[in-house]
Amino acid sequence: MSNRILIVGGGLAGTIIANGLCRQLGKELRTGKVSISMIGTSDQHMYQPGLLYVPFGKIREAELFRDQRKVLDRRVPYHIDPATNIDVDAQKVTTQSGKIYEYDYLVIATGSRLMPQNIPGMEEGAHWFYDLEGARKMRDALTEFDGGKIIVNVNAPHKCPVAPVEITFMLYDFLNDKGLMDKTEITYTYPIGRLHALEPVAEWAKPAMDEYGIKYETFFNTKEVDPVGKTITSEEGVTLPYDMLVTIPPHNGAEVITDSGLGDGGWVPTDKKKLLREGSDNVFICGDTTNIPISKAGSTAHFEADTVIDNLVSLLTEGRWARDYDGKVFCFVETGMKTGTYVWFDYTTPPNPGAPSQMIHWFKLAYNRLYWLSARGLL
Amino acid sequence: MAERKLIDARGAFCPGPLMELIATLKLVEIGDEIEVLSTDKGTAMDVPEWVAKVGHEMVGTEDKGDHWSVVVRKAK
Repeated sequence: MSNRILIVGGGLAGTIIANGLCRQLGKELRTGKVSISMIGTSDQHMYQPGLLYVPFGKIREAELFRDQRKVLDRRVPYHIDPATNIDVDAQKVTTQSGKIYEYDYLVIATGSRLMPQNIPGMEEGAHWFYDLEGARKMRDALTEFDGGKIIVNVNAPHKCPVAPVEITFMLYDFLNDKGLMDKTEITYTYPIGRLHALEPVAEWAKPAMDEYGIKYETFFNTKEVDPVGKTITSEEGVTLPYDMLVTIPPHNGAEVITDSGLGDGGWVPTDKKKLLREGSDNVFICGDTTNIPISKAGSTAHFEADTVIDNLVSLLTEGRWARDYDGKVFCFVETGMKTGTYVWFDYTTPPNPGAPSQMIHWFKLAYNRLYWLSARGLL
Repeated sequence: MAERKLIDARGAFCPGPLMELIATLKLVEIGDEIEVLSTDKGTAMDVPEWVAKVGHEMVGTEDKGDHWSVVVRKAK
């Protein structure tokens, strides 16, 4: 009997899983005992962390993209046909074109999306760098910027949790190098009562921001933006004026998740160790799509994907589970234009970032290219 | 009818219990309750402080021995 594995989502999580399965199931694929196919939304695969460098002109846009069919193992048919309904009871997925894909095992890795439209005035009044169009607009605005008040505004939930502090310190270095910091004020706003969700990152960021003269406002959850008056107001009742607003917009999961009744906000209730959808024994959830209270980040997707690969291979070839996901997350943290550090943690090990160094910054720049080996399942 | 949602953020270092609560409040109806389980002792102080600032309602905080249970009602 053939085992049909269907992967919905062509981002990092889905792609690592597809390629990793191919590397371990060569014989089963050859003999037809297993088939793997993928449904996605684009012919391009984007290296999302590279967007951080776009506003500063520090990366060539071509470096961010590869043809998804070239990143994917050639044994995986790739259908650019967005999923519109996922029926986990009938074990089938319907796509925009009306096709129906049946499966024995399903991997849902549909990711997250930016929702600036959830906050009145944000689309009109703010810049962001979490997608290419936004990062380009922010680059153009920075080119024109000649001093004033910049606000870096963070909203929950959002992916890549260290990116807000990275962009803040990179903005400082960028404007300082241009000689603009003497007539610029940067203010960083954060939803909770410290400067970062990770306590050690918050403890490192506070004295660093104090040293650079970067202001901050904690317990700031955006209620509305006035794009004409150029102010941003929080649910907590604070209003700040700005000349340039850089926001990390709130995120939701994919529309197909809510449309299929699989989870509020597009986040699927998921067993945090087995990465199975709650209530299913053949539906794996990976990457940003889970509702696990853990960082939505590429490294999370990577470590989760490795677990899903091992368990799917083990289930298909030996009829047993291989291992649990241990909650591992690893993030590089750019602490300016020339230095960086990193942080890792899992369900039982708290984070403990080291001192920033130039070497780690260089390693991050190297990883910007090594990423493609991760996507191919080689790293 | 009001519902209660559970966030089991025990052992969650990032984004952490309060950030999970803020995100989940955006998805529920006024009157619904959210129970947050947390092993971070700061949660028992952070959550009431934020709830008071923003105008939601604290239902209760309970020390369960190895973790805290904090219940919040969405008020607006």
